[in-house]
Amino acid sequence: MTIALVFLGIILATLLGWLVKQTINTTPWEMEAVSDTAHHGPLGGTTDKSKLIALVTFLAVASSFFALILSAYALRMELGDWVPLTEPQLLWMNTVMLIVASIVFQWTRNASVNDQQSRLKPGLLITGVLTLGFVLGQFVAWQQLQNSGQLVSSNPSNAFFYFLTGAHAVHILGGLYVWARATLRVVLGTGSAEGIRRSIELCAIYWHFLLIVWLVLFGLLLST
Amino acid sequence: MSYVAFADRDHEQEHHDPETFITKYIWSQDHKVIAIQYGLTAIFVGLIALGLSVMMRLQLGFPNEFNFINPENYYQFITMHGMIMVVYLLTALFLGGFGNYLIPLMCGSRDMVFPYLNMLSYWTYLVSVIILVASFFVDGGSTGAGWTLYPPQAISQGTPGIDGGIILMLVSLAVFIVAFTMGGLNYVTTVLQARCKGMTLMRLPLSVWGIFIATILGLLAFPALLVSAIMMLFDKTLMTSFFMPAVSSMGIDPGYSGGSPILFQHLFWFFGHPEVYIVALPAFGIVSDLISTHARKNIFGYRMMVWAIIMIGGLSFVVWAHHMYVSGMNPYFGFFFATTTLIIAVPTAIKVYNWVLTLWQGNIHLRVPMLFSIGFIFTFIHGGLTGLFLGNVTIDLPLSDTYFVVAHFHMVMGVSPVLVVLGAIYHWWPKISGKMYNETLGKWHFWMTFLGAYAIYLPMHYLGFAGVPRRYFAMGNTDFLPDSAQDLNAAITISAIFVAASQLLFFINMIWSLKSGPKSDPNPWDATTLEWHTPDHPPKHGNWGHELPEVHRWAYDYSVPGYEDDFIPQNVGADKAPAGRDRGGEH
Repeated sequence: MTIALVFLGIILATLLGWLVKQTINTTPWEMEAVSDTAHHGPLGGTTDKSKLIALVTFLAVASSFFALILSAYALRMELGDWVPLTEPQLLWMNTVMLIVASIVFQWTRNASVNDQQSRLKPGLLITGVLTLGFVLGQFVAWQQLQNSGQLVSSNPSNAFFYFLTGAHAVHILGGLYVWARATLRVVLGTGSAEGIRRSIELCAIYWHFLLIVWLVLFGLLLST
Repeated sequence: MSYVAFADRDHEQEHHDPETFITKYIWSQDHKVIAIQYGLTAIFVGLIALGLSVMMRLQLGFPNEFNFINPENYYQFITMHGMIMVVYLLTALFLGGFGNYLIPLMCGSRDMVFPYLNMLSYWTYLVSVIILVASFFVDGGSTGAGWTLYPPQAISQGTPGIDGGIILMLVSLAVFIVAFTMGGLNYVTTVLQARCKGMTLMRLPLSVWGIFIATILGLLAFPALLVSAIMMLFDKTLMTSFFMPAVSSMGIDPGYSGGSPILFQHLFWFFGHPEVYIVALPAFGIVSDLISTHARKNIFGYRMMVWAIIMIGGLSFVVWAHHMYVSGMNPYFGFFFATTTLIIAVPTAIKVYNWVLTLWQGNIHLRVPMLFSIGFIFTFIHGGLTGLFLGNVTIDLPLSDTYFVVAHFHMVMGVSPVLVVLGAIYHWWPKISGKMYNETLGKWHFWMTFLGAYAIYLPMHYLGFAGVPRRYFAMGNTDFLPDSAQDLNAAITISAIFVAASQLLFFINMIWSLKSGPKSDPNPWDATTLEWHTPDHPPKHGNWGHELPEVHRWAYDYSVPGYEDDFIPQNVGADKAPAGRDRGGEH
């Protein structure tokens, strides 16, 4: 459980630091004039900032999820029946696709922020194709394993491989749903440029997050 | 139906968007309606769980008298009772119910930041409840693995409900976690982003603090339950061996090998212990506000109270293995977890002292919510102290499998939060419904519940010391137990039926109040917090009419010297009221 604890320690420390900043040296029982700095927010509507906060909170939840699987992996690995799995070579290609997808998404995001509208469509489509390629590639890797007799129940290392890659792919599919909505709006020309820019910015963050998660998972799978 | 955020709307526009019955009460995006939906659903499943506990008590109090209860049923009752009470009732009611109702109103916002997601959260929760209830009706019935669902027995021959039952249980939990995550993202973002002008974090009422920190705990801890549920589903349906060791069950080798049941326990309790505080922290927060309001006195040590909530939240992640002392752990681990467990007593004791000090020399009004709050202090101290016993490895080992543990956790996280839930419903009922309830009936309800709960759980401590084992369907050949243990069990059962039946008073009172109760004052308790100062009573969609409130002070300006009333609402400025308690301030 060390991995989960270290992860939690980081999150809680960040949170604590922020809370200390908010609460230290305040004397709530005293009245102060209402200042605009005390007022944080848009008073109820959904704004850019609140979407970003919600996304970051969700990333914390998702990280907690993956950190706990990794903790379980580390604990289960130490037991006697563990036979390391030889990962299919295809995973390397998938990894490259996901890295490129992330880079292209960042490029698209920058284009969107700099209002270079003509780049959005190719950027989004390339990202989508590469990411779909990654998911398909993962699926093909599963097929390869199955064909070589490495079933999910053959060994705990196999079970973890299927579980980890599956959980990661589900998160990617969720991202692709949001990507599809943004892309549709770009392709059909509906929706404001502002709204599309927001969507793309948040999506790009999510893509980078899932890339990092994948690199950590892949590194762990290779090294064990 | 497209939702336009209120902030984006023209202020001149009338707010009358949810027009039909369906958009107003069924597919509603209004946080108050969603809160009521969450609350009613949670109370509905809670009543099922209450019925199950009565069935268990019938068997324990009068063994072999009721032939419709067999050992299989008994274990199914235990399991579903525990799981429903902890997850589907208390978590959903405190966060989905009170969280939804109170956060936007107390923070001075019009709604949750993501109303659509909020609606989705409720309907997903409802799906999880339906899946859970469906598991009663599948072949083999619901799972009987105990609410902790420990493998290997949860999916091995001999345990009831190892086919449809356990699968539906795990799926239902996974769906619940999705629902909670959607709600939780909303609560966190709303507290951080949608507070009204002047509402700094340190002016938030403690109710919001409790719910806020509990939500963060939930968001970080529920993934552990999700991971363990998915892995157990793999073990059950795909024959993996995450948790399942090589077992031979009834002479047949089901094909597992090498898995670790302890791994499941680690994951489960990594969720399970923070879960205790996911239930307790909102209760702490709400009870602080109730005590302060009805004692007409500011909460003692507000900043300490906030930081105690935060410290408890942080510490709750490093104590999980105290649920596993009997799993054969390394003594150094045991020592570590015993230490962290006992350290949690420090912030918790601070909270208890501060509640008592708030009462001290207060102008105490023994109205129904206050009775429940004071009752909570009693039961919580009681359950907390037995927690100090059980936190020590050497004391836990002999007591772990006895009724002492049952008494402890029912006192500390069963009775105590439920008393707060009831007190909070009585407190906010006038705001939610616009009607008053019958005070006398409410007091009867309190005394019957409170004394009845003691009659149930106090004797259980003695049963535990005498060595009566928990989880047993019948005591069997336990010669070391005196016959009086059985008499005590019978007495406990009678008390349990009494307490369950006395909840009828609550429902009668509330239904009477809805139908023909007198209209309530918009602020019947003279409270300071924002939800009592809405332009409409009860508040309408959008909460604040045309003008959002502006906050000038903390939530606890009660009995301020030199001021005519004994309370100053948070949205009253210095021009209309003095700045408060002569400690400088902005004079």
